[in-house]
Amino acid sequence: MRRKLSEIFIEGCIRLSGVLCISFVVLIFLFLLKDALALFGGYSAGKFLFGSQWLPVSEPPHFGIVPLVIGSLYVTLGAILICVPIGVGAAMFIAEVAPQSLKTILKSLVEILAAIPSVVLGFIGIVWLGPFLKTTLGLSTGMCGLTGSLLLAFMALPTIISISEDALAGVPKAYREAAFGLGATRWQTLWRILLPAASSGIIAGVMLGIGRVIGETMVVMMVTGNAPVIPASILQPLRTLTATVASEMGEAVSGSEHYFALFAVGLILFIITFLINLVADMSLRKARR
Amino acid sequence: MVNAEPILKTENLQCFYGSQRVIHDLNIEVLPNEILGVIGPANSGKTTFLRALNRLNALNPSYRQSGTITFEGQDLRKIPDNLLRKKIGSIFALPQVLPISIYQNIAYGPKVHGVASKSKVDQIVEESLQKAYLWDEVKDRLDLQANRLSGGQQQRLCIARTLAVEPEVILYDEPCSGLDPISTAKVEDAMQKLKEHYTQILVTNNTKQAARVSDRTAFFLMGELVEMTDTNTLFTSPRDSRTNDYITGRFG
Ligand SMILES: Nc1ncnc2c1ncn2[C@@H]1O[C@H](COP(=O)(O)OP(=O)(O)OP(=O)(O)O)[C@@H](O)[C@H]1O
Ligand SMILES: [Mg+2]
Repeated sequence: MRRKLSEIFIEGCIRLSGVLCISFVVLIFLFLLKDALALFGGYSAGKFLFGSQWLPVSEPPHFGIVPLVIGSLYVTLGAILICVPIGVGAAMFIAEVAPQSLKTILKSLVEILAAIPSVVLGFIGIVWLGPFLKTTLGLSTGMCGLTGSLLLAFMALPTIISISEDALAGVPKAYREAAFGLGATRWQTLWRILLPAASSGIIAGVMLGIGRVIGETMVVMMVTGNAPVIPASILQPLRTLTATVASEMGEAVSGSEHYFALFAVGLILFIITFLINLVADMSLRKARR
Repeated sequence: MVNAEPILKTENLQCFYGSQRVIHDLNIEVLPNEILGVIGPANSGKTTFLRALNRLNALNPSYRQSGTITFEGQDLRKIPDNLLRKKIGSIFALPQVLPISIYQNIAYGPKVHGVASKSKVDQIVEESLQKAYLWDEVKDRLDLQANRLSGGQQQRLCIARTLAVEPEVILYDEPCSGLDPISTAKVEDAMQKLKEHYTQILVTNNTKQAARVSDRTAFFLMGELVEMTDTNTLFTSPRDSRTNDYITGRFG
């Protein structure tokens, strides 16, 4: 009887946390939606979504998010292009190539990387990486999209490396032996057997890494130049969706059009991350089949 | 047959995991086209012996060995891993199918050894499956995930996969331990038919199986080769009393 009670209690707790999780997400969404939709009472949704100017304090104000979306796109895609190959490659090296002693060192190094606060990375970007890119690439300013991409890639690396490495290490020993037993070389085994077998884990790691890249605010605010204009390339100053909300929320008057516009930007971010998670989920499910 | 040059030969082979010696001074000769049965109680070093022959043991970092193994007169250490394992294929106790389709499982070996043409691979897949007596059961569903097959089918798939890389020697480590009698009979049948082209070593915990299938039988005990002779002689008039105890089930 006593055991039964405790089981009921535990089950209740688990159920409660599940319900709480879901209701938090729903509440956040409703909250965002309410304030975001308030913008479209006075400002057209078309102008918001397709407007090419973000001038919140001019008269009349413009809240076109195209420059911000493009800024986010540049920084994010740049970071993904840098961190995915390096991260997966490093995971392959640690899991399959490195000797045991080096493996231990590298793994703890990756953990340390993960612990670096993003402000510190932003700092490094401002005093070192930015000026370095400026002189080597001959830019007018080092505070540009590429600087942000590089730092974001660096931030996503530990997640990608450690999850992909776990996935590779978790591939059953039998697959390895079967492949070696057929005379496959180490590289052939890695490439044709281990990578596909670990693919769902690797995709999960990459998606989590990308999630971090998209959601990160601090670094991009510090190093990408904070210029809400449509950038011609990744080598120009720009501003992302996240950085816009973070830097303008303080000055926007509560209940003003500007204030609602920032909520609408938040809603767009929410929808984007939701879609990415959905795609990741679908690809994971596909990989498992 | 007794006069043929051995295809595989170990001299003073000793195998260690860390400091534990699990094979002591093994001298054994394997003749071409024979089926050599290897029997012995658990932990007698049978698996270790097999895995020394195609160096799969070396995947274990704590493993060491001394003595020499020669394959077709050549020191094993001089043969690169991938070539050696192509020539000496192995079948494990639990079927180790790869998480890909039936077709891909078999095509994998030839592909890593450089067979590129699709029609050639198709042909190898069909021939290998036929040699392993699996073709009729799977020919209409080659794209099925290999792990959907039954245990016995998976084991024959593993045999087909090994055959596909055209080995000279096939090592079996208790290949039927997870199989029902009918699948076992199919595997044994396949082994008999393969004798014509391959040398086979069969490690088994089932002494009856060794008696049925092998030409010669070796009895291992605690890392030592106690006795090795014609299967018939070994099972009817063993020289060593320990062999007798084991085959009559009076052991331990
Ligand atoms: N990977 C390993 N690491 C350490 N010791 C091992 C390893 N594999 C086998 N051994 C040891 O080597 C000895 C021989 O084992 P082996 O697997 O060769 O025996 P076996 O005759 O195949 O036994 P079984 O009939 O149970 O399969 C055992 O004492 C075992 O504990
Ligand atoms: Mg064994």
